[in-house]
Amino acid sequence: MAKGPYSDKVMDHFMNPRNMGEITDANGIGEVGNPACGDVMKIFLKINDDQICEDVKFKTFGCGAAIASSSMATELMIGKRVDELLALTNQAIVDALDGLPPAKIHCSVMAEEAIEEALKNYFKSKGQDPAVVDEMKAKIKKEN
Amino acid sequence: MIYLDNVAGTKPDARVVEKMLPFYTEHYGNPSAHFYPIGREAFEAMEAARGEVASFINAKAEEIVFTSCGTESNNLAIKGFLKNSKNTGKHIIISEIEHFSVDSTVTKLINDGYEITKLRVDDSGLVNPDDLKKALRKDTALVSIQHTNPEIGTMQYTDQLGAVCREAGVAFHVDAVAAAGFSELDVKALNCDMLSIASQNFYGPKGAAALYIREGVKVSGLMDGGHQERGYRSGTENVPAIVGMGEAARIAKAEMGVWVPELVRLQKQLWDGLGGMFDFLHFTGNKDRRRPGHVSFWIEYIEGESLLMWLSLKGFACASGSACSSNILAEDEEDLAASYVLTAVGVPSDICAGSLGMSMSKYNTQDDIDNVLKVMPETVQRLCEMSPMYNRK
Repeated sequence: MAKGPYSDKVMDHFMNPRNMGEITDANGIGEVGNPACGDVMKIFLKINDDQICEDVKFKTFGCGAAIASSSMATELMIGKRVDELLALTNQAIVDALDGLPPAKIHCSVMAEEAIEEALKNYFKSKGQDPAVVDEMKAKIKKEN
Repeated sequence: MIYLDNVAGTKPDARVVEKMLPFYTEHYGNPSAHFYPIGREAFEAMEAARGEVASFINAKAEEIVFTSCGTESNNLAIKGFLKNSKNTGKHIIISEIEHFSVDSTVTKLINDGYEITKLRVDDSGLVNPDDLKKALRKDTALVSIQHTNPEIGTMQYTDQLGAVCREAGVAFHVDAVAAAGFSELDVKALNCDMLSIASQNFYGPKGAAALYIREGVKVSGLMDGGHQERGYRSGTENVPAIVGMGEAARIAKAEMGVWVPELVRLQKQLWDGLGGMFDFLHFTGNKDRRRPGHVSFWIEYIEGESLLMWLSLKGFACASGSACSSNILAEDEEDLAASYVLTAVGVPSDICAGSLGMSMSKYNTQDDIDNVLKVMPETVQRLCEMSPMYNRK
């Protein structure tokens, strides 16, 4: 069959999304985007006492690339420490998906932003200032 | 695969393909070469096709100019007319739901000092002829309003719009690309001065289209060169495709009366079936004045491209008016603009991200429609479960 605009990996994650759903007792929830732009991405996190991402689920309203980006992001997140989650860039998601069309790169950016939002929400639930996420993120960017 | 994207182009009729083939293998002469048989054969076949196309829309053969596609016909009509217009007016009227080839063409003319009025459509996509009457000015040079909208299926009151223009003495162009083969087109009854049709939309090949230019209306060609098409379009004619278009026009004229009622019947089934399935599915376009066999809609909580992709994986080829897939090969996301047609008919952009169009042809069957209605509930359910917006209601 002739190839479409998406890689086999994107198609696989679109057809068989990993970790799709909600976590009822999540301790970090992040939602980004708005329907007018065609994408809404919501990520549910379960971070344990060792600051390890034990479980993650997503719900996405969006195109094939948005669904695949969220699904791939969750795969890359499970078992990672909080600082590793923050180091997860949109480019890592794109690479793991074997690329996205240029016009769809923003879908991977949304996934990165959703992780950020979810972690802010996690720190807030722990009674900490969510701004710590921005600081950590800035530090990681500087190191790279 | 069940093909339901016939606004994008139809499967050529087998008789059309058969009629074209000898013009690749035997009668391959250049139709401008009149002094040897294979040139003359090509010329004669092309003129016979011109006659068929003319008869299909109730025009005279000399009022037909062959072009390469609907976009070219629309460009020739608008730019060619204005280039030659004795009317020095700098005002153009279109509707706000025209095809890109009309909308972008007139938008670029703003740079040449033209002023554009885009007539509003109601929430079913119809232009009110009274609005056109009010919009006409002393300096209006041209009105261009499509016959049928490919995205939402709505068919305008073209004859009435034409009558308004005729009374005011303003030239009227009709983009009938999405109408040919699905609605009867009679250029006299439609009161038009120019009309575009494309062969691939009525079971002919790609690469051939036509512009009807009413006798006496002055249009200049856009390409400089030889005398082909009486100067309206320089360049060697695509004879095989033109021959195919002629055959497609002949077949459509003779057989539309058979396939159109069947398309109307299947359309009603699909419409009623989908309408009864989900209360969060919303149809677009006008229910009564629509292209036979065309059903378009959007579904709350679901983005257009993902629905299109799922249906494709299940073997259905449909069209998406989704912002996210309209131009997926674009270099940047700025080109993924939301459909201005959906915006114009008042679809709320905060809950709708893309519509889906299913347009049938004479080749679609009862089974096809039964199958669509069978897979839709599971497909929609799956995407709803994935949507963060679904449970909120």
